Amino acid sequence: MNTNGLDQLYREVILDHHRHPRGRHKLHQVDVEASGLNPSCGDEVTLQLELDGDRIRDVAVDGRGCAVSTASGSILAELIQGLTLDEARRIAELFKKVMHGEDVPDEIDMGDLEALTGVRKFPVRIKCALLPWVTLLNAALDDAGAAREPGGTGGAVGGEAGE
Amino acid sequence: MSVEGKPRRTTGWSGLGDHFPTLGRTINAHRLVYLDTAATAQKPEGVIAAEQEYYRSTNANVHRGIHTLAEEATAAYENCRHRVAGLISAPSAESVVITRNATAAINLVARGLEHTFKAGDEILLTEMEHHANLVPWIMLANRTGIRLRHIPITDEGLLDLDRMTQLLTPRTRLVSLVHVSNVLGTINPVREVAEAAHAAGARILVDAAQSVGHMPVSMEDLGVDMLVFSAHKCYGPMGLGFLAARPEILEEMEPMEGGGEMINEVFLDRATWAEPPLKFEAGTPNVAAAAAFPPALDLLEDLGLDAVRSHERELTDYALDRLGEIDGLVVFGPHDPSLRGGLVAFHDPEVHPHDMATLLDQAGVAVRAGHHCAQPLHRRLGVVATTRASFGVYSTNEDIDALIEAIRFARRYFQS
Repeated sequence: MNTNGLDQLYREVILDHHRHPRGRHKLHQVDVEASGLNPSCGDEVTLQLELDGDRIRDVAVDGRGCAVSTASGSILAELIQGLTLDEARRIAELFKKVMHGEDVPDEIDMGDLEALTGVRKFPVRIKCALLPWVTLLNAALDDAGAAREPGGTGGAVGGEAGE
Repeated sequence: MSVEGKPRRTTGWSGLGDHFPTLGRTINAHRLVYLDTAATAQKPEGVIAAEQEYYRSTNANVHRGIHTLAEEATAAYENCRHRVAGLISAPSAESVVITRNATAAINLVARGLEHTFKAGDEILLTEMEHHANLVPWIMLANRTGIRLRHIPITDEGLLDLDRMTQLLTPRTRLVSLVHVSNVLGTINPVREVAEAAHAAGARILVDAAQSVGHMPVSMEDLGVDMLVFSAHKCYGPMGLGFLAARPEILEEMEPMEGGGEMINEVFLDRATWAEPPLKFEAGTPNVAAAAAFPPALDLLEDLGLDAVRSHERELTDYALDRLGEIDGLVVFGPHDPSLRGGLVAFHDPEVHPHDMATLLDQAGVAVRAGHHCAQPLHRRLGVVATTRASFGVYSTNEDIDALIEAIRFARRYFQS
């Protein structure tokens, strides 16, 4: 079988994150917690952040999802550790734009996230890739300080496919 | 490809697939293997031609004009109602309300009977319902303070009828359940449930979205008061569904939408309603869809619904056998194919359903992945999502072989 198209979606780096997801540990303290749900498939993700002032000291990711959303959550855990909340939000916003068709700006190194751009060829899977990032944006990094508390409920991506 | 254990049988009607234009498509350089009929069935040439012919030669509004086209349009629309009444042995053509789909039909009942419910009344549903038979009742409960109860399922995916007996009380006003589960495949013993419901003084509605067109379904034999289904799941066009109900229920129901066609007499400040079923059919309906549904029913009648049922049963039997060959795959629902409709949902601990569906699509195999609009059921099954293969009159054992081969490919791809 010709797997060229598939290999664009499941690049080796994605499969590696899927098989060995990062951030699957317990935090010493949970300063921000958010969960997100993909209502079209039921996939769920929970993010926890441990903060040092405005800086993200540690990240934990948990949930049940496909290879794409699991890898995306794993990349998130790796990428935003050590960043400030603002920097993390900027990456999330950029990633959203890129997944919705914008080019990756030349001067930006998206790291392993770049591998997820292959998902754009599979439009119904874009929301799998976005789930952890939208969860981060919708709940944890909301400008409203109230959201920066454990137990905040996250956003949802996509609509429910009817049947 | 060799099949171990069982000799390969080819069931069904040779060449039938040729009458369904979409099935001639090539997907990712493979023959399309369409295993998503439970989401929507593919359409035969006759249906497509009839919908086009309606717009080419008839196109007029119904029940309004006096001219020839209007009369033809009205005749086509009412013919659909008659054919449906015959198909499901409804009490009469007038007891068939034409809606957008099965979901709209359930919502119509929930709204239409709202004034008959009071706080403390109970509606009995099941754990295996589609959201279409859960959410309208949740909305009704929010508005009226009625209580929703649910018949649990056994681990094999059958209704727990002992629990049902306990849950049916004098407070139970309505039992609403699915005929064939769109995830488990379970064919529920609707007649038995109907007898118990009636003995308790409750009415019964059956969601027949997965059964009509796939097996003989008779309101009379099932002993139900209301039945809903959609045309598009039985080879007809989209945008067309039905509520069939005993006449006194339609009399009791309030209309959900007001507007043209549903009235008897209108003044500036008041109006009286038309008789059922028109009372529930405000505005211009999808006449083209109604005109295009009878050719699908012709096809099903030519094949014979008993033969359609045994075809799907054999396919399900074969699919259960072949899926059982794959180590670790968990198949949900009854083990006995005579208790199942033509669909099989499974969970592969190694490949998530979304990834599975993407990988199968690369092999031209179209399945559905997700919770299939049945989140509470998936919670009960302990998984967030499943992969589902579902069958129709055009499905063959070769389609199932292609599915199995594609699942094996998916596993190899993720392991390598």
